[in-house]
Amino acid sequence: MKLRFLFVAISALLLAASASDSKLTERQRALHALNRLGFGARPGDIDRILKSGVDIWIDQQLHPEAIPDRAVEARLQQFETLRMSDAELIQKYYRPIVEARRNKDEQDRETMQMLRRSAQEVMTDLVGQRIIRAAQSDRQLNEVMVDFWMNHFNVFAGKGIDRFLLTSYERDTIRPHVWGRFEDLLMATAKSPAMLFYLDNARSVAAPENRLRGSGGVPAGLRRHRVTPPQLRRNPAATPQLSMLGGINENYARELMELHTLGVDGGYTQKDVTELARVLTGWSIARPEQGGGFVFRRGMHDVGAKTVLGARFPPGGGIEEGEKMIHILAHHPATAHHIAYKLAQRLVADEPPKALVDRVAKRFLDTDGDLRQTVKAVIDSPEFWDPHSYRAKVKSPFEYAISAVRAIDGQITDAMPIARELQKIGEPLYGAQPPTGYSDKAEAWVNTGALLNRLNFAVALAANKMPGVRSNVPSATNVDALAQSLTGGALTDETRKTIREQAGDQTESSTIVGLILGSPEFQKQ
Amino acid sequence: MINRRVFLKSSGLALVAGGLLPNVFVRMAQAGTPKGKRVLVAIFQRGAVDGLNVIVPYGEAQYYAARPTIAVPRPGSGEAAALDLDGFFGLHPAMASLIPYFKDRSAAFVHAVGSPDTTRSHFDAQDFMESGTPGVKSTEDGFLSRAVAAKKEANASPLRAVALSPALPRILSGNAGAVAMTNVGQFGIRAGEASGQIASSFESMYAEAVAGALGGTAKESFEAARILKNADPLKLQPENGATYPNNALGNSLKQIAQLIKSDVGLEVAFADVGGWDTHAGEGGAQGQLANNLRNFADAISAFAKDLGSRMGDVVLVTMSEFGRTVRENGNRGTDHGHANVMLVLGGGVKGGKVYSQWPGLAPERLFENRDLAVTTDFRDVFGELVTKQLSVASLKTVFPGYDTNPKKWRGILAA
Repeated sequence: MKLRFLFVAISALLLAASASDSKLTERQRALHALNRLGFGARPGDIDRILKSGVDIWIDQQLHPEAIPDRAVEARLQQFETLRMSDAELIQKYYRPIVEARRNKDEQDRETMQMLRRSAQEVMTDLVGQRIIRAAQSDRQLNEVMVDFWMNHFNVFAGKGIDRFLLTSYERDTIRPHVWGRFEDLLMATAKSPAMLFYLDNARSVAAPENRLRGSGGVPAGLRRHRVTPPQLRRNPAATPQLSMLGGINENYARELMELHTLGVDGGYTQKDVTELARVLTGWSIARPEQGGGFVFRRGMHDVGAKTVLGARFPPGGGIEEGEKMIHILAHHPATAHHIAYKLAQRLVADEPPKALVDRVAKRFLDTDGDLRQTVKAVIDSPEFWDPHSYRAKVKSPFEYAISAVRAIDGQITDAMPIARELQKIGEPLYGAQPPTGYSDKAEAWVNTGALLNRLNFAVALAANKMPGVRSNVPSATNVDALAQSLTGGALTDETRKTIREQAGDQTESSTIVGLILGSPEFQKQ
Repeated sequence: MINRRVFLKSSGLALVAGGLLPNVFVRMAQAGTPKGKRVLVAIFQRGAVDGLNVIVPYGEAQYYAARPTIAVPRPGSGEAAALDLDGFFGLHPAMASLIPYFKDRSAAFVHAVGSPDTTRSHFDAQDFMESGTPGVKSTEDGFLSRAVAAKKEANASPLRAVALSPALPRILSGNAGAVAMTNVGQFGIRAGEASGQIASSFESMYAEAVAGALGGTAKESFEAARILKNADPLKLQPENGATYPNNALGNSLKQIAQLIKSDVGLEVAFADVGGWDTHAGEGGAQGQLANNLRNFADAISAFAKDLGSRMGDVVLVTMSEFGRTVRENGNRGTDHGHANVMLVLGGGVKGGKVYSQWPGLAPERLFENRDLAVTTDFRDVFGELVTKQLSVASLKTVFPGYDTNPKKWRGILAA
């Protein structure tokens, strides 16, 4: 008995030791890099990467500007709205709807339907480019980071005019900054019409006694969504006084600290939220109904004295107060920790090791929030390459769908069917309602209906029944060969055996491919 | 504040019944049919329905003053007029199909109910109502999910919580293992003739240790699919002459009835229905809102009729993120407001009544000088329903940070 116990204990120790001592093979490293720093491997990708070496590929991915991406660029030329400004989009697609409403054409169903359908082009183009880029761009890590930051600074397309503002938000606010300094990215989002509208800062206005004398208050176009004074938020039963109507909206100030920078445990108080909201009054949109850009409205700004996180602002300040706070928040240690945690969660593990987070946070602070260096700190870490990290994360619906398309070397002729599948599996693009965006943890995605939808997606895609995707499924019916080509060898012996047993001799390759893409191994990265 | 406790005078049944007899569904259920699981069905009217035109406070002159073109006329003023409920409130005439249930006291309304959070953003308000934590955005799960999770069941069915929607709605996301589906007949692997073979391949694959946490979910999924396949709920055609309207809600409720009747272990069902954001051309007794309300009421009354005595086990409740402005706007519509109305229908409901601590429509009684004020927190309605219908022992985890004292309940359900 004792001896056997000893034997078990020793072999357990040996196993544990071998797991942490062992290293990923070069093939595994290549697949891991393609999965975590991209949207999965296409047939032949692993061999292509191994030719020059995994580290060289990663280095290239960290400098996407040097990767020519002509095929995708050419492909995106057809999406006209991607090149339009907010003003042009709103003029072309939104104003006609407003006009029709004003002229009571609303009763004319056909006209309204036609206008609404036309307006959908904007979202169709935007969703289309995200899917096509993720699936086909050679700048894979760039697309991963765009996905990460669009989610970190989430804006929901379903809120009012935001569906016309997201095109410029992604193109001009997020994409140019994902490899720059965090402060620049943060400032760009703070001044973007999409965010100002989404989190209501555009209509946050100082209490009358704190406004400059003779100033106007909330401009037309922002009035329809009424503001709620903080006094009423806290005590809904309070009878509103006229003087309280119109007022501070804390929505953005709260999320700026809770979600965008410090994190929910970042050490700020409700007082800091209210004071930061006062600092940010006046950060608004010029002519929102016409697609105007950022404007600082002095008349809406709170000119009283304020203190946020210990920073004091004497009476009479203006836009520089908010800019100073953005600077302070961008360089705060809690922000470094929060960003490091989220990056490590996305790229390494659902519950990232503390040592890793601390190291990445230090790199963030040491490099003035250089996002290239910060991401590099994650990739260079031993935790990233630890065998425990290998195929340990469940793919998000977006990662899953795109990686399946890549595995079959699918050519996308129409991205909308994939977009609709993403909705079914639970992650519609630009469709996260709460400012938290989508979760990067498995438990958010693994639920009963969604898993069946993933499996049905896999089966339909493999059978070439997914309209809009032309698959290049190999016609071979050898399970091992297909598994190797589609997953880079990720399937376990058990799974391959199950497929072989179930498939028999008569099975078409598409059935085998469907089973491989639906396998538990392929749900992971 | 006036507590409206006036029963419907025109209903002979209500007068005879006094307060002693249970409502019609309970009596039907007691008459014989074996009792199934108790079910709570929640319907979300997304877009903010105009509750003041659903349950019309026709006894208030202010109502008519504020709505010159879209008010629903007082009862007795022709066919296109409110249907009297209690001498003060009237039901929109397009919802006439619900009147029999109100008369036999199986349907009740709650007025001036809503969320204390004052946001007028659809998405924030829906989010707060579904998370069950108004004002707190960091809540990860929905309150119905927490209610189901709080009710420990030894052999809980994988189909105990079902949403008739493409994605799991916020209200049911969380640890309860809720299932989202749009078509009960299509839940499972769909691969034509090969479906069975492919499904069994997936099942073997996911049974292996390699699946990890996915294995448990997969097991539940395949089990749910198998239960549905065996129960074959689609074969259950509507009974008692019920005809569901051909619209999204009718389709959802028809399927929920099929799930209930096929005894697959359903405890909570959820469906949503849009089209209520009537900023322009809302209409009064007729028009845009009237058409939507007709579809809405007809779907619900078909559901009750279809289930018949089985409705004794079921409570259906409706909700909407906020109400609409008391005054009509320049486009003969209404803008985003505050308090709203809920319908509660089913077994155990102490119906035939509009539950309301009516705040009034006089300008000084309005919330922020424009909206119906909230006098009943929606959590007090759901707190009572979840406790009594689902037998959830404690509301602490269902509505964290909220005083869930039963003294605040309106007493809509028999204990």
